[in-house]
Order: sequence, then C-alpha cells, then structure tokens
Amino acid sequence: MSALIQATDLSVSHAGSQMPVLRGVDFRIDPAEIVTVVGPNGSGKSTLVRALLGHVDLTSGRVRRMAGLRIGYVPQRVHIEKALPMTVRRFLSLPRRVGDAEAGAALARTGVPGLESRQITALSGGQFQRVLLARALLNDPQLLVLDEPTQGLDQPGIVAFYELIEDVRAETGAAVLMVSHDLLVVMRASDRVVCLNGHVCCEGTPQVVSAAPEYRALFGAGSPGALALYQHHHDHDHDHVADEGGHAHRHGPDCRHQH
Amino acid sequence: MLDDFLTRAILAGLGLVLVTGALGSFVVWRRMAYFGDATAHATILGVALSFAFSAPLYLGTLGVALAVALIVAHLSARGQTVDTVLGVLAHGALALGLVAASFVPSLRSDLDAFLFGDILLVSRADLVWIWGGAALVLGLLVWRWQRLVTASVNEELAMAAGIDPARERLILSLALAIVVAIAIRIVGALLISAMLIIPAAAARGFARTPEQMAGSATAIGAISVLAGLGASFWLGTPAGPSVVAVSAVIYTFSLICYGKG
Repeated sequence: MSALIQATDLSVSHAGSQMPVLRGVDFRIDPAEIVTVVGPNGSGKSTLVRALLGHVDLTSGRVRRMAGLRIGYVPQRVHIEKALPMTVRRFLSLPRRVGDAEAGAALARTGVPGLESRQITALSGGQFQRVLLARALLNDPQLLVLDEPTQGLDQPGIVAFYELIEDVRAETGAAVLMVSHDLLVVMRASDRVVCLNGHVCCEGTPQVVSAAPEYRALFGAGSPGALALYQHHHDHDHDHVADEGGHAHRHGPDCRHQH
Repeated sequence: MLDDFLTRAILAGLGLVLVTGALGSFVVWRRMAYFGDATAHATILGVALSFAFSAPLYLGTLGVALAVALIVAHLSARGQTVDTVLGVLAHGALALGLVAASFVPSLRSDLDAFLFGDILLVSRADLVWIWGGAALVLGLLVWRWQRLVTASVNEELAMAAGIDPARERLILSLALAIVVAIAIRIVGALLISAMLIIPAAAARGFARTPEQMAGSATAIGAISVLAGLGASFWLGTPAGPSVVAVSAVIYTFSLICYGKG
C-alpha cells in the first residue's frame, strides 16, 4: 500500500536557532490509519505536523505527499479575533464556497447541527472544535490532520471527541494524524503511536509504545506505564502555556500512584 | 457640475470611502492600525519630495508610501519586532518630511493642508487620482476577497488551503499604501488612519459577517463625508477633521447600541 505522506530523515530548525527542533525523523502514514504523535512540550510535535503539510522549510530530508492528496486540517489553538464578525455558516465557506446543504450535513456529521447562524466567537470550546472538524471534512479528505484537537475540553468532552473521530474514520475511511497530550485516551483510539522528543524515540502499537522504556522515561519517572498515567489525569497539571521543554505533566499534590 | 468646489469635495470623499470601508475592516481585523499610521506619516516626506523636485504630488506620496510598506514587510520577515520598526518609520519619516518641507518655501505656508487635508481644494486632476486609486484597490480586494478573509481568520488554515499568508499580507500593505497616498488631499497624513479604522470599528456592532462589516463601514464612511462636509460648509469648521469627528460620533453611538445588544 502506498503511503499518503512519507517523510525521510526530516530535520527542521527555527530561524536564528542552532538547535534543530526535529532531527532525522522518519514518518509515514497509510490510508485509513489512525496515527497519534505524543511527546512532551517543545518536542516538535506541531513542527512535525507543519513540516508534513509543507508549511515550514526543511533543513534536510524530504516529505513526499501522495499526488492530489486531500487533507482536512484542524490546527492548534485557532484564535479568531472578536473584531472579525463571522457566522459558522460563513466560516465553512472559507476559502472554498460550499452550498447550504453541504454545510448543514457537515455540521450534523460532527454533532453540532443547526449552528449555522451563530457567531464563531460565541461558541463553546467543544462546539468550536466540532465546527473546525466539520470544516476540515468539507473537501472529503483522505487524511485528517488534528493538532491537539481537544485542548480546552473537559474529560467527557475529550472522550466524546475521540469517539467522533473514530466514527468519522470508520465512515469515510480517511486516515487520521493526531497530535495529543491526552495520552491514554488517544492511544486507545490509535492504530499506531509515535513518541517524539526531537527525534522519534519509539513507535508502534499503543501496547508496544506504552511498554517501551523510552516512553516511560519521557512520560513517567518511575511510572509503570500508561494505566497510571491515565489515572493521573484529574490531578496533574498539563502546562500548555509555557512551551518550554521538559516533561508533559507535573504531579499534583494529591497524586497517588496506584502501584 | 464639477466646477463647484463642494461637488468636487463630495466626489473626492465618496471616492475615498468607497475603498476605506473594506480596507479599513482588514486594518481592524489584522490590527494594522499602527502600520497605516506609519505609512501615512511618511507621506509628508513624499509631499516634500514632490515639491522639491516639482514632480506630481501623488508620485511623491505614492512612492514613499509604497517604499514604507515594502520596508516594513522586509524587516518583519527578517524577524524584527514590527511594533518598533513601525514606530521608528512613522515618526522618523514624519520628522524627516517636516524638516525637508522647511527647505521648500512654497510648501512652508500650506503644510497644514497636507497634515490635515483640504478637501475643499480638490481639483479635477485630484479626482482622477482618487477615483483611479480607489477603483484599483477595490478591484484588488474583490478579486482576492476569499483568500484575504481566510488569511485574516487564521494563517494556518489559509496555508492548508494553499494560500500564502505572507503574499496576502503584502497585498494588503500595498493596497493600504495606495489609499494613504491618494487620501493626502482629503483628510491629510494625520487623519487617514481614522478614516480607515473608525467607520470599520463602528460597523462591527451591526455586522454578522465580514461582508456586512465592510458594507456597513462603507455606508458609515459615506454618511461621515456628507455630514462632515455639510458641517464644514454651514459652520465653517475644517473639512477633514469634521468628517472624522462625525464618524467618531457614529462610533460612539454604535458602542452604546452594540453594548446593549
């Protein structure tokens, strides 16, 4: 089977910085596959996505996208200026104008039917993510790229969103490339997990990755694996604001490991 | 009909607001207000150069405004802090322009007309420049509308759709430079930013889509021109500032209405 996107020996540096953000990354995604990229803050997850999409210049290596590949993209932290009036309906017609029926069907598909006349800035976080997903589905993509799509959602919202992603994949056969902090929830939904920290430190099925020593070294000092990580969810702090390197989470004062 | 100075003034003002509604909306959405100011202040240097070399006025203002737009685009692409670059350019060019103007005797007496505009002095030739420039910029905006709006909403989404945000940004910068250059007679170098920002900001409260905002901003701009010129004619107030003052009053009312809604 030919890959939708294949990257070989990918390296990327930010302008004016000597340290590469990514070095020697090999990556591929096949049709109908769900691949999740996990890694600490500053590990280059978003940079990898942007490199695969062709949005950043490569220092070395190359990215081959299948000819005519249709990609639906939900970027990280989409912020829309309050000064810019925008209904959901109008937003779905950017930049390609779509018909009312098509727009309505996409919203219904992602579980937010009838939002057309609402202002984008008046939506809740969960509604907005679903509108972004609806927009990404409009051009019938062969690959959905979602960069931390559940940021700002609560736990039930996160679970519901990943269920929706799985449904969409089952229905449309689109491959899904996700970047996520929601380690275990997202890993359960994935066919393959890539653990990134500037380079690919390990990859494979969720079971393989969560058992890998490299993964444990990154995500849980002394953690026995993903189960404990999952149980940490409510009492530790994912620091999304400070984008410095380091670990993906800090344990809260009430943290009790179940091991 | 064009022999009447008031008719020419009205036509000049309407020609300008034809494009400031849409362009001003982009200025508000993309927070380019300071950029507009920098370009506008620099046009005084253009005026001085035109006078010094006896060149057509708009050649000087257009040349300097476009140069500033390109310099800012170039420097910000190289990672300079845009805010600082604009501050240096805006005030540096204004100061340089005022110094240069002092060497041009014919300009010394009517410098005010270029700082604050003198729409009642608009000639037929001015009208050609104003309507020509406005039509050019409006055509540019309509042609690239979908791309410009998408890039203003989110650059990542635009890139994923094959739009180059840097190119759209440059197009808006050049469009802004053209509008600033043709507006020098009407509201002058110090008030053109106001004509871009205030009607668009006032329109925000009434609009639900980008198109409605651009349309309402155009209408508010037109009302401001007519009411401002009326005030100037009957009350003897300065024309350019009167136009801006009317739009500021409309903005205040829109805040009251919008704030309640």
